Amino acid sequence: MRAFGQTVRRALGAMALLGAAALPGLAQAQQAPANTLDAIRARGALICGVNTGLAGFAQPDSQGVWRGFDIDYCRSIAAAIFGDASKVRYVPTTAQSRFTALQSGEVDVLFRNTTWTLSRDTSLGLDFPAVNFYDGQGFMVKRTAGVSSASQLNGATICVQPGTTTEQNLTDWARANRIQFTPVVIERLEEVVAAYVAGRCDAYTTDASGLAATRSAQPTPADHVILPEVISKEPLGPAVRQGDARFADIVRWSHFAMLVAEELNITAATADQALASDQRPEALRLLGKTGDLGKMLGLDNAWALHVIKAVGNYGEVFARHLAPIGLQRARSPNAMYTQGGLQYAPPFR
Amino acid sequence: MSQTSIDPRSLRAPPKRPIKLSWADERIRGIFWQVVVVGIVVSIVWWLWSNTVHNLEVRRIATGFGFLNREAGLPIAESIIDYNPTNTYLRALIVGLLNTLKVAVVGIILATIFGTLIGIARLSKNWVLRTLSATYVEVIRDLPLLLQLLFWYAILQGLPGPRQAMHPAEGVFLSNRGLKLPWIEWEGAHSLALLAFVVGLVVTFLYRRQAVAKQITDGVPRHTWPVALVALVAVPLAAWAALGAPFTPDIPALRGFNFQGGLTLSPEYFALLAGLVMYTAGFVAEIVRAGIQAVPNGQREAAQALGLRPGAVLRLVVLPQALRVIVPPMTSQYLNITKNSSLAVAIGYQDIVSIANTTLNQTGQAIEGIAIIMLVYLTISLSISGFMNWYNARIALVER
Ligand SMILES: N[C@@H](CCC(=O)N[C@@H](CS)C(=O)NCC(=O)O)C(=O)O
Repeated sequence: MRAFGQTVRRALGAMALLGAAALPGLAQAQQAPANTLDAIRARGALICGVNTGLAGFAQPDSQGVWRGFDIDYCRSIAAAIFGDASKVRYVPTTAQSRFTALQSGEVDVLFRNTTWTLSRDTSLGLDFPAVNFYDGQGFMVKRTAGVSSASQLNGATICVQPGTTTEQNLTDWARANRIQFTPVVIERLEEVVAAYVAGRCDAYTTDASGLAATRSAQPTPADHVILPEVISKEPLGPAVRQGDARFADIVRWSHFAMLVAEELNITAATADQALASDQRPEALRLLGKTGDLGKMLGLDNAWALHVIKAVGNYGEVFARHLAPIGLQRARSPNAMYTQGGLQYAPPFR
Repeated sequence: MSQTSIDPRSLRAPPKRPIKLSWADERIRGIFWQVVVVGIVVSIVWWLWSNTVHNLEVRRIATGFGFLNREAGLPIAESIIDYNPTNTYLRALIVGLLNTLKVAVVGIILATIFGTLIGIARLSKNWVLRTLSATYVEVIRDLPLLLQLLFWYAILQGLPGPRQAMHPAEGVFLSNRGLKLPWIEWEGAHSLALLAFVVGLVVTFLYRRQAVAKQITDGVPRHTWPVALVALVAVPLAAWAALGAPFTPDIPALRGFNFQGGLTLSPEYFALLAGLVMYTAGFVAEIVRAGIQAVPNGQREAAQALGLRPGAVLRLVVLPQALRVIVPPMTSQYLNITKNSSLAVAIGYQDIVSIANTTLNQTGQAIEGIAIIMLVYLTISLSISGFMNWYNARIALVER
């Protein structure tokens, strides 16, 4: 039933986009490009487009509360705007429906394992304010298949989700390596994984983070092997509508606030204490004790303090959600630039 | 007599009088209002259109159909025509359209046959048959189609893997990769033979019609089968032989991960087809039953009293009358199969909706993508309706 709901929703999304684009009055009421922040404030909540349930990134727990890396990012934006991280509504989107959901104004921002690419940045009417997870595409096979390298996949049937960079990388990679494969293209995550588990496919391909998440959610993770090859670059991050620089800035700098907090060793637990006693100039500016950085973003000067108190710094968020599904941070591109990684925030001044 | 008879239609037609260019003339008023309405509709459409284009531009969302010529890069599992990911979006969409037709056409034929059998079984004198078919109809119509599709797909995924495939006959394998059948290497000669066969069908049909017409005037019966033999068998065979009679068997065999070669019926196609056919057959059965029951028993008895054999009673008396009741609701079932085939996305069969969705996602051109989907379904649906209306008119009661 959910699959059909998604199809219907996407059709409605496209209709809404058509409606929003066709009727100028409606378009303004719903979501004109330049006032996302005002719309969120007026509504009293941020609407965050997330995935339909991926361990570690966004998944409802047994109480129905959404949890994960992407969820904490949604909460951080709500904290920055309202000082209250709970003011978020989550809208699950499939790979196929996510962009229409954003374009049509159904969601304010996507935190949904979305790869920043040139064509998405230019022709979809989107902007990618930051990269919060550097990833790459990999393959997973059953241990019983006896495969140890992706180059052995010639002739294999490979499960993949449509509407992703994954399916395009897969065809590029197969062409470049002269590998023949049969695709099985299924939209919903749980069904594509079920097809792989049932043996419909020999391999499942997606972002390595997604593979780790899926593997960790299996009854016996050790039955599945993630192959060593990484066949693409997948810089994952939030996406917002193009043409709303103010809101894009808020999303971008909330991420940077989490990075700088880590640099300065300020955590959710120590934030209040730091506010009282920290004397480092950048810490004072970050926490809003001096300067007017929050005002410049159109927010309260305590915005970053709220972010840090709600979700913690980048390292804390990573450790809370991604380490448990088996993702390594040390020596990966997601380490701090000081540790040889790529996570780097411009100065807070 | 004939001089004085008047065409009854001319009695109803209003007397002709010259058009006066005045508000008092109702025809002038009629024309005026039509122009006004058309004008309003056209300006609303124009206004919506220009706003859409403007707003998409402001939001920097690409517009137009230029993307159709761009390389698709989409993997497509099954295709009737040659396709690889370096082809354009246009070709990918055509592949999707053909996949939709492949499931809709076969589905319509099978649902008609299967549904008719069940409909007749519901009227059977045999209690077991009657009860079984009645239960089938009740159950199948009450379960949502999507659920049935997922059910079939799950069943097929539960089949053994390729290495443990069921192997009932030489070259036939059933596994969770689908049904593999022996086939031949398809060449030009086979296409030509197929074409000759289709032409043969038309020729046979036309000959038969003429033969019947002649028999009505001169009473001489003529056989159709010699013509059919030549047109349907001899000519296609000759066409095939003329091009060197190629015949290379293509037997599937397990190589590496999968079976290579042969003909494949994928689990996705099979699940979708089975689901659509089983579901629609339940409705078709009821339509057929109602159609047969609508023919008064007296008709049958009268035909029997005239000495017609049971087959002839059914063919000449019952069916022609039943069809009049059956055909109109059948049209909507055929439309339903076509539209319901879009549930394919749920189980990974790449129909037009699936490929158009992916296309609109990769290119960001949601409005164009939805427009293509609507155009495709509208065209297919109108074709089905048009054909069924023609057929309905042909079998309609000729009043004398
Ligand atoms: N990063 C790729 C793939 C994104 C994607 O859909 N990933 C999958 C697996 S990691 C996912 O998040 N699925 C969740 C869902 O479908 O709800 C893209 O942006 O196209």
